[in-house]
Amino acid sequence: MATSPETKKRLVTAALLAPASLWLFVFLVLPFIAIVVFAFGERAPEGGYQPSFTLEQFANLGARAAAFKNTLLLAPVGAFLCLVVAYPVAYYLAVKASPRYRLVLVSLVVVPFWTSLLVRVYAWMYILGARGIPHLLEMIGIENVRLLNTPGAVLLGIVYGYLPLMIMPIYVSLEKLDRRLLEASADLGAKPLSTFFGITLPLSLPGVMTGVALVTILLLGEYLIPQLLGGGKVFFIGNALVDLFLQSRNWPFGSAIAVTLVVVVVFILLIAMRIAWRFAGTRQVDLV
Amino acid sequence: MTSASTNDIEFRSVTKNYGAVTAVTDINLTVPKGAFLALLGPSGCGKTTCLRMIGGFEQPSEGTVLIDGREMNGIPAYRRPVNMVFQHYALFPHFDVEQNVAYGLKQMRPKLPSAEISRRVAEALEMVRLGGFAKRRIHEMSGGQQQRVALARAIVNRPSVLLLDEPLAALDKKLRSAMQIELQTLQRELGITFVLVTHDQEEALSMADVVCVMSAGRIRQLGSPQEVYDRPADLFVADFVGKTNRIDATLEAGGITLRLRNGSAIPAANRAVASGDAIVAIRPEAIRLTRAATADLASFQGTVTHRIFLGSSAEYAVSVPGLGDFLVTADRRGLADSELVEPGEAVFLGFDPKAAHIFPASSAA
Repeated sequence: MATSPETKKRLVTAALLAPASLWLFVFLVLPFIAIVVFAFGERAPEGGYQPSFTLEQFANLGARAAAFKNTLLLAPVGAFLCLVVAYPVAYYLAVKASPRYRLVLVSLVVVPFWTSLLVRVYAWMYILGARGIPHLLEMIGIENVRLLNTPGAVLLGIVYGYLPLMIMPIYVSLEKLDRRLLEASADLGAKPLSTFFGITLPLSLPGVMTGVALVTILLLGEYLIPQLLGGGKVFFIGNALVDLFLQSRNWPFGSAIAVTLVVVVVFILLIAMRIAWRFAGTRQVDLV
Repeated sequence: MTSASTNDIEFRSVTKNYGAVTAVTDINLTVPKGAFLALLGPSGCGKTTCLRMIGGFEQPSEGTVLIDGREMNGIPAYRRPVNMVFQHYALFPHFDVEQNVAYGLKQMRPKLPSAEISRRVAEALEMVRLGGFAKRRIHEMSGGQQQRVALARAIVNRPSVLLLDEPLAALDKKLRSAMQIELQTLQRELGITFVLVTHDQEEALSMADVVCVMSAGRIRQLGSPQEVYDRPADLFVADFVGKTNRIDATLEAGGITLRLRNGSAIPAANRAVASGDAIVAIRPEAIRLTRAATADLASFQGTVTHRIFLGSSAEYAVSVPGLGDFLVTADRRGLADSELVEPGEAVFLGFDPKAAHIFPASSAA
């Protein structure tokens, strides 16, 4: 039987998409369905899951309000601090750095990824811990400074760990910014600062939004940094999940928290896309 | 604006180097107020560098650029009384048409009242016949319309000089000829100096009243379009501006006679060289193509090898033994169709030696 070109085209498309679709279905869609089902269930007496249909777990979310509060406050604040540090770096790399060294400098941004985040955050534990900076401060007479296990320490770890993820999308959007637009702005009498706020910044907003969304979303699920630099005191939803699934084995409650987190992330993403569209004046904005 | 200078732009011994590469060398040029100057040359000849030095995007390595009699060295683009229409327009994609045009006005200090800004934006849009398009997004506009937005944006600040960097290069042929006329009209209405950069000789000749032909970072000829076309300063200009036939020859008898390679001799006029090997340049339309022998002082017999029909005229490639191929443009006025000469036909070529230009052979590029 002869296959029409149309059918052939469709078969090729299906073949190309099949591996990724299968992977996502088995390891994302199915687990997510399981989580949703769990969220409406009950904890078995010996821990784990027991089928049921109840909203009890969601009603109970308040018990982990601190985790939600920390996550929903520190994730955006952390992302914002990342942005403040990352923008000048990305601007320098894309606009000011000599093209000869640009590639090397951009590579340097990624170099920290060559070492495990765990190792690097451990290093910060020592730097901020009693034998680190507080010890040095004691030597010059400033006593009782506590850095580790504070929100500040968590934020520092966040900025440190996520900076490259913020720099890259901003760098890309600044890099493809048409230099002639900056010349046109200057030509029309705009001083450098006006050009920056009138042209450069608005046109790099898609990159900014991508970076902020990327970092915020990843931070909402962050576990390692609050665990190590926040001690037991500044904990995120991620830490609460580990605790519920692995320690107290309350799977339904953990699932309810996870589902809530997913809903929050989707909501934030939609808002971010709206804002990016509005500023870029086009619907062709890639987020994440 | 009052100024003692009658020149809007002046280049004094301007040289521009990029590292070891010299873009332009020792440029001296004055552009009188209200002129329409075209900087014409092949890519890499330095014409865009010159324009960018006027705009303030490049600073000369040596020499001075003056605008309105004032030295501009070190003065950044945003403090210069010139505006530019960029190649590919460089319109701000996140603004609509109105915001693009208003951008320059909003930069002015002290601030202009917003009513004044709206009025001038509307006026500028009217001038480029984009009256109803104020709220359009840039990506909703065609190439020709974007071109007009770029023009409106550049003239709304009332610059003393308008710079145009290959403004018509991205338009199709029909739109291009229409815009040529519009640009000329606009220049007359505004009465300000236009400096146009182009590699298209037709564009330069049709719009400008002064043409500056450049090559390899130097000015080869400065003159009216007619001067540049009729009396090219050298072989490069003759070749670049319009089409040219080149004939190898030797000057004899103290430079009075030209001995061509097929042995024939013609009188030498318009000499740029006194003796020795020379190249004769003659325009295709200065050559007569006939079936019968002509009474011209310079006359050869040849065979038509190709014919390119152009509508109002026809171009013939004619092979002449001993002299090579000639390009001849024959006007069709008064000729019936049957009189088009067919490839393969034997013809006579003739021209008036006074219409030819003689350059030293060493100048051949």
